[in-house]
Amino acid sequence: MTTSRQDRRAQLTAAIEARILVLDGAMGTMIQSYNLDEAAFRGGRFKDWTHDLKGNNDLLCLTQPGILSEIHRAYLDAGADILETNTFSSTSIAQADYGLQDYARELNLESARSARKVCDNVTALTPNKPRFVAGTLGPTNRTASISPDVNDPAKRNTSFDKLRTAYFEAVEGLVEGGVDLLMVETIFDTLNAKAALYAIEDVFEKTGDRLPVMISGTITDASGRTLSGQTAEAFWNSVRHVAPFTIGLNCALGAEQLRPYVSDISRIADTNLCAYPNAGLPNEFGEYDQSPEEMGALIGSWADHGLVNAVGGCCGTTPEHIRAIAEAVDGKAPRVIPTVERKLRLSGLEPFALAS
Amino acid sequence: MSQDASATFVNIGERTNVTGSAKFKKLILNDDYEAALDVARQQVLSGAQIIDINMDEAMLDSEAAMTRFLNLIASEPDISRVPIMIDSSKWTVIEAGLKCVQGKSIVNSISLKEGEEPFFEQARKLKRYGAAVVVMAFDQDGQADTADRKVEICTRSYKLLTEKINFPPEDIIFDPNIFAVATGIEEHNGYALDFIEATRRIKDTLPHCHVSGGVSNISFSFRGNEPIREAMHSVFLYHAIQAGMDMGIVNAGQLAVYADIPENLKERVEDVILNRRDDATDRLLEIADEYRGAGKKRVVDLAWREKSVQERLSHALVNGITDFIDEDTEEARLQSERPLHVIEGPLMDGMNVVGDLFGSGKMFLPQVVKSARVMKKAVAHLIPFIEEEKAKNPSATSRSKGKIVLATVKGDVHDIGKNIVGVVLQCNNFDIVDLGVMVSCAKILETATAENADIIGLSGLITPSLEEMAYVASEMSRLGMDTPLLIGGATTSKVHTAVKIAPKYDGSTIYVTDASRAVGIASKLLSDTLKDDFVDGVKTEYEEVRAAHERGQNKKKRQAFTDAQSNALKIDWSSYDLQQPNAPGITVFDDYDLAELAACIDWSPFFATWELRGAFPKILDDSVVGEAARALYKDAQVMLQQIISEKWLTAKAIVGLWPANTVGDDIEVYGDTDRSTVLQKFHMLRQQMPRQDSARANMSLADFIAPRDTGITDTLGAFVVTTGHGINSHVKAYEDAHDDYNSILLKALADRLAEAFAERLHQKVRKELWGYAEDEDLANEELISEHYQGIRPAPGYPASPDHTEKGLLWDLLDAEKHTGVSLTDSFAMWPASSVSGLYFGHPDSRYFGVGKIGRDQVAHYASRKGLDQRTMERWLSPNLNYEPV
Repeated sequence: MTTSRQDRRAQLTAAIEARILVLDGAMGTMIQSYNLDEAAFRGGRFKDWTHDLKGNNDLLCLTQPGILSEIHRAYLDAGADILETNTFSSTSIAQADYGLQDYARELNLESARSARKVCDNVTALTPNKPRFVAGTLGPTNRTASISPDVNDPAKRNTSFDKLRTAYFEAVEGLVEGGVDLLMVETIFDTLNAKAALYAIEDVFEKTGDRLPVMISGTITDASGRTLSGQTAEAFWNSVRHVAPFTIGLNCALGAEQLRPYVSDISRIADTNLCAYPNAGLPNEFGEYDQSPEEMGALIGSWADHGLVNAVGGCCGTTPEHIRAIAEAVDGKAPRVIPTVERKLRLSGLEPFALAS
Repeated sequence: MSQDASATFVNIGERTNVTGSAKFKKLILNDDYEAALDVARQQVLSGAQIIDINMDEAMLDSEAAMTRFLNLIASEPDISRVPIMIDSSKWTVIEAGLKCVQGKSIVNSISLKEGEEPFFEQARKLKRYGAAVVVMAFDQDGQADTADRKVEICTRSYKLLTEKINFPPEDIIFDPNIFAVATGIEEHNGYALDFIEATRRIKDTLPHCHVSGGVSNISFSFRGNEPIREAMHSVFLYHAIQAGMDMGIVNAGQLAVYADIPENLKERVEDVILNRRDDATDRLLEIADEYRGAGKKRVVDLAWREKSVQERLSHALVNGITDFIDEDTEEARLQSERPLHVIEGPLMDGMNVVGDLFGSGKMFLPQVVKSARVMKKAVAHLIPFIEEEKAKNPSATSRSKGKIVLATVKGDVHDIGKNIVGVVLQCNNFDIVDLGVMVSCAKILETATAENADIIGLSGLITPSLEEMAYVASEMSRLGMDTPLLIGGATTSKVHTAVKIAPKYDGSTIYVTDASRAVGIASKLLSDTLKDDFVDGVKTEYEEVRAAHERGQNKKKRQAFTDAQSNALKIDWSSYDLQQPNAPGITVFDDYDLAELAACIDWSPFFATWELRGAFPKILDDSVVGEAARALYKDAQVMLQQIISEKWLTAKAIVGLWPANTVGDDIEVYGDTDRSTVLQKFHMLRQQMPRQDSARANMSLADFIAPRDTGITDTLGAFVVTTGHGINSHVKAYEDAHDDYNSILLKALADRLAEAFAERLHQKVRKELWGYAEDEDLANEELISEHYQGIRPAPGYPASPDHTEKGLLWDLLDAEKHTGVSLTDSFAMWPASSVSGLYFGHPDSRYFGVGKIGRDQVAHYASRKGLDQRTMERWLSPNLNYEPV
């Protein structure tokens, strides 16, 4: 049973009002478990490519689509409501490292199609629990606010316009591939995110159809700030102009360390809140070893305190983590969205408000 | 002011503007961006909340200069923490700027100068970039000069933006053009007044928008005469801000204090600004040359000055004299081997004397705070020398008794008590990190961790802060902290701390009654030998408190809500002699006479703030605290006179009186006497203690208003008063001068003036605006003891303990617009020196406490308010007679 995009949007709105939605977990962690070698990454199509391709996870939608579908399916079976497309690095900017900048649009299109198919199959099995696809837009490997050269702080290795062009192409691919939502995530530089949001609006204007937008920032450490220096509230002020479907945080920290910032945003944001931390902090080998039970308990406590409308997992999480998280939030009331006073709200690295 | 407090007037730094600053222009043209960055940094350091950046100069590639400068700023966190105003008359430069800022900025400016099409295109792009916008009063016919034209263009722009492209109205800032006055050209004489009048009309008719302008234009014809220009800016702003201007491009360093302008000058400047007489310009020119600096002299000759420097320092500390502290400290420093020895030697010796006298009840809080002021000034003098020494020899550091992080919790703005505690602890050699007011839990705990604090102290005054404190405690537990947690503030108590906070935290949680206990508690917590016994003692005590509370709970039976409702207070409405208000609807007081309020002050609570117990005026003759009370009273009177004569504070108020009826336990407020439109509905809580007879009714404020089915159109009033506007700059000046004594004194006086205003206004309502007691004739003491008909209960206090009702009161009165008082997340009023409430006029109306209520009423109440029960339970937490799930 395939439903139209409009129907699914209505279902999505109804679902997030009724319960805490669950996102999927890490893609990279799962791909690693397949121990793919260079040849596997290249597949037939890129066997003579000039660059090494091992580690380019986003390429697998063209070279190993079966693996991708398996992982997606595992997350849905674990209880996820929303699948993220495998497109974290599928911009021409990020793919340039592999010489694959010209394939960006195709990567987004195919990843979206693949997730769409798995989603529709599972929705057909459990029609009372519809599943949705969020088209992922990662931060790229460049930053518009920070200089790459300590001796020249005014220098930048990318620009708003370059990012905007790259994101526009990615968004077009995702939308054509059938995603239900767009998700600007792992934002460590808000200026990159603003370029992505600008591009999204450009695409909406072109297609005449708006999709719900999810925005997820990354607080890098206990300073409580993004890599580019903003506090959580300043970050929210910078992006709230697009009236996102969800705002929230992901990556860098485990559920325990992330909680105060989730709690901060929960109090100030007049939209849904979505947060998906890592499986704890990495150990000395860079591995994540927080157990599904531990993580589930921490996120369950978020739900108990009414902090969230959607949750999931980032680095180090597996379908078992998602299962534990889904069970931990099952039946718990979603966060009540606060009413926020109308004020001129600005930001630098810190927030500013002037009452009307 | 804390980070999430709302500003009411914003100074925008103008020195990073090549069209406004010759110095900045020269730096940019010479490619000296490093020095240009220092200009920006200096502006932020000196308090600019937003910085304006303009690169419009013919000799420059303005787009490249804007991009480079903004990129550089992005690498300087001490500058980029504030929002940027991207200022250019060229759209391409604006867009280049927007591509460099991660924050949400203001664009200055767009206008209808080229017609609607480019205006829409630019505004649409701004929405997409996520920026607020300054809109100039400019259209295809030119720049607006008269008030009518200004209002017309702004109104048209507002409608186009909000109706056609959904631009958020709160993100629109109008600049209705400030032009020079006193130019010698007659048509220019009304320009200032035109701006002020236009501002008033724009703010009245275009909801949520803001008004800004470039202030220095006004005085352009007095270039070269800075004192006159400063006076003109200050007078202009004084009137424009009252009309609703809430933002301005001003060089804050070049602004005279309105109250400090000599009378003669002020009058002539005001004549010019307000266009009060035809010869205003000539008369200002006449005296323009006279105003160039004036000196002050002072002669002091006292015997104690003859003593040794150690004795002089001790004398100055014990007697709180700051006049000679810098020179005495310097003399002591020159005699000492190291600057630190001055602190550890004579200064600490002096403070120990103070501590002993305070501990033995021979000195009192106001005197100790004055001593602290002397100490702080002395230390401030020594710090540069200590830093210098530290730079040479990093191991030379001082040792304090311990580090204490203090904060007023999120949502709360009250800090007098916390500041006093901080001062007293500092006097006793504790290192204090004071985070200010409205501090988030995360910030408190991060700071405590980063600073390796020995103790955390939380303060708060309003009831929602109790929940926030419990939240902080639970977060500390969750994070595995074991730092002792001190709880203090007006609504906190030992029982609440023991029952609601301590159980959430595995470390020790201790309630601190007042400042005089803080030192003892902190010292014990940091003592190797005393700590364990003390902590165990508190634990045992709190367990007993909890057990006693538990037993008390079981006794506290509550009757069913429905039974309580049927035992409501029954007023015989048929015999009610109803007085319709003389002034129905809203009455606003923009600038109430402070001298009149000063005469109504209730002084007893003022002394209580300083921990001097006793009723005024008897306290002045008290054998123990009389001397301290007299000195404090004298200082208060001197400051009060200054507040009045120099107009430090502006008293604003709003009163509303409307037709009203009770429906169930709610009070409906109507827009008209035929009661067809409900403007607002207030929800009241009812006592549920077991009572049977109507002599002891289960009361609710709703009982004091006639039920709708009686057919009587009754009246409900509401009010907000504030005396807090203007206080910040004076508090800051005191704090910058290390003068906690005067900063606390000023806040305490502002609080008293607000209370006096509430009392005075209530009287005005009874006798004039409502007029049900026109013949009332009561002395101030009788007013203070409330010997009159009618009450003015406040949401959040015992008769109506739900703070969220204050939000409804604010909406009904549009209180923020009329009084500039805003509400925090926890419904605390900002500025803090504010009072609000409802007016009930029926002779039977009286104050009571709702007390503990049952789950049945909470469920009923939540559904009436359209809130879920859990949210409601959080707000009513101190009043629940049960443990919520």
